[in-house]
Amino acid sequence: MSLVELHAIHKSFGELQVLKGIDLSIDEGQVIALIGKSGSGKSTLLRTINGLEVIDDGAIIVDGKKISDRDADLLGLRLQVGMVFQQFNLFPHYTALENVMLSPQVVKKQSKADARKVAEEMLIKVGLADKMMHYPDQLSGGQQQRVAIARALAMKPKVLLCDEVTSALDPELVNEVLAVVRQLAEEGMTLVMVTHEMRFAREVCDKLVFMHQGRIHETGDPEEVFANPKTPELSSFVGGLA
Amino acid sequence: MSEFSNWDIIYNLLMAARWTVLLSLTAFVLGGLVGLLLLMARTAGGAWAKGLVRCYVELFQGTPLLMQLFIVFFGLPLIGLDISPWMAAMLGLTLFTSAFLTEIWRGCVEAIGKGQWEASTSLGMKFTQQMRYIILPQAMRIAVPPTVGFSVQVVKGTAVASIIGFVELTKAGTMITNATYAPFTVYGFVAVMYFLICYPLSLFARHLEGKFRHVAR
Repeated sequence: MSLVELHAIHKSFGELQVLKGIDLSIDEGQVIALIGKSGSGKSTLLRTINGLEVIDDGAIIVDGKKISDRDADLLGLRLQVGMVFQQFNLFPHYTALENVMLSPQVVKKQSKADARKVAEEMLIKVGLADKMMHYPDQLSGGQQQRVAIARALAMKPKVLLCDEVTSALDPELVNEVLAVVRQLAEEGMTLVMVTHEMRFAREVCDKLVFMHQGRIHETGDPEEVFANPKTPELSSFVGGLA
Repeated sequence: MSEFSNWDIIYNLLMAARWTVLLSLTAFVLGGLVGLLLLMARTAGGAWAKGLVRCYVELFQGTPLLMQLFIVFFGLPLIGLDISPWMAAMLGLTLFTSAFLTEIWRGCVEAIGKGQWEASTSLGMKFTQQMRYIILPQAMRIAVPPTVGFSVQVVKGTAVASIIGFVELTKAGTMITNATYAPFTVYGFVAVMYFLICYPLSLFARHLEGKFRHVAR
């Protein structure tokens, strides 16, 4: 059984149909890249997986349990599915350490000492042992994004969603963030990422999902998909990037 | 007719100024609490709650404070509720203050980016937790100058309570003028006293701004 199953997901914004029936299963430990042009629905799809976008139709099943749009269900869902954003979205009024400690304390009711222990562990893991007491505006973009990853990990999610986590970074800062994501993948973390880093997707991911006009257009092993795109759309998408 | 020295005037005005301070504080604290509740309703509530809060705000922003006091003071007795000038002034100013504060604070909450809501949502926080730990601490920082600025308006607004017979600073000034026939002197002292109440508030606002800038980045 898959960790996360999406069945016939439909989502519209007003008249605009963004997701037109998506089926996708995510296995434990799998690393999936969602690729496609802007407007293809890949970010929206990612955001439905932790309930940031409420679906109009279809089903999301996590660990065998169907998620309804009741608040209690959505909260439960978000405890299992973490998310990292393009714009980091760190809390500017807290230090790096406090950013990571906050949610375990507030949401999981952990003691301050326990939360601190986990937070320090996570910040060390992302290579920021010496930046714990810094405020977000004292950190570079790459450092901020690594704090954001540590913050999501401190909640011990089963799946981590990454929404274009390197797109807002200066080129020289991209690699330090990708290195952390790669490390997570190697440790067996289940990851779903929207990315434009094709080389990274090819090296790290188990499965590539190409989205086009609100549908999954083509999917498969990254090497295979990149080497032999079956549809002209993917072919031109890959070609356009090369 | 007895003679009034300047000290007599100042002494009597100071006694009355206590009521101005007390009325201001009460209106500001109660208005702040009601304003916070309205803010929650407007931020989290359904379309119905939002519409209701908007009407409330428009009503109190779109009519003079004096009319609001008249309606409270003369209207409530019509439905059988006898109300003292103090109660009427407190109630009227609380309603007025809450309407303005909720609108000021709404702007501050809306100034906090969508990303802060999404990040805290995806970390599993509920609305009240998001408000308490993420949104309000940041909104408070930008809210300090307009809020304290508005508190100065509340202090000056208490003067209209003199019209319904509540003896605060302005009413005391009028009464003393009637006895001394020295309006310029008396109202001069009244003005100085308002200034002495309001100016520290402005200084306090500036102090807080600096403090919050240091703590909350």
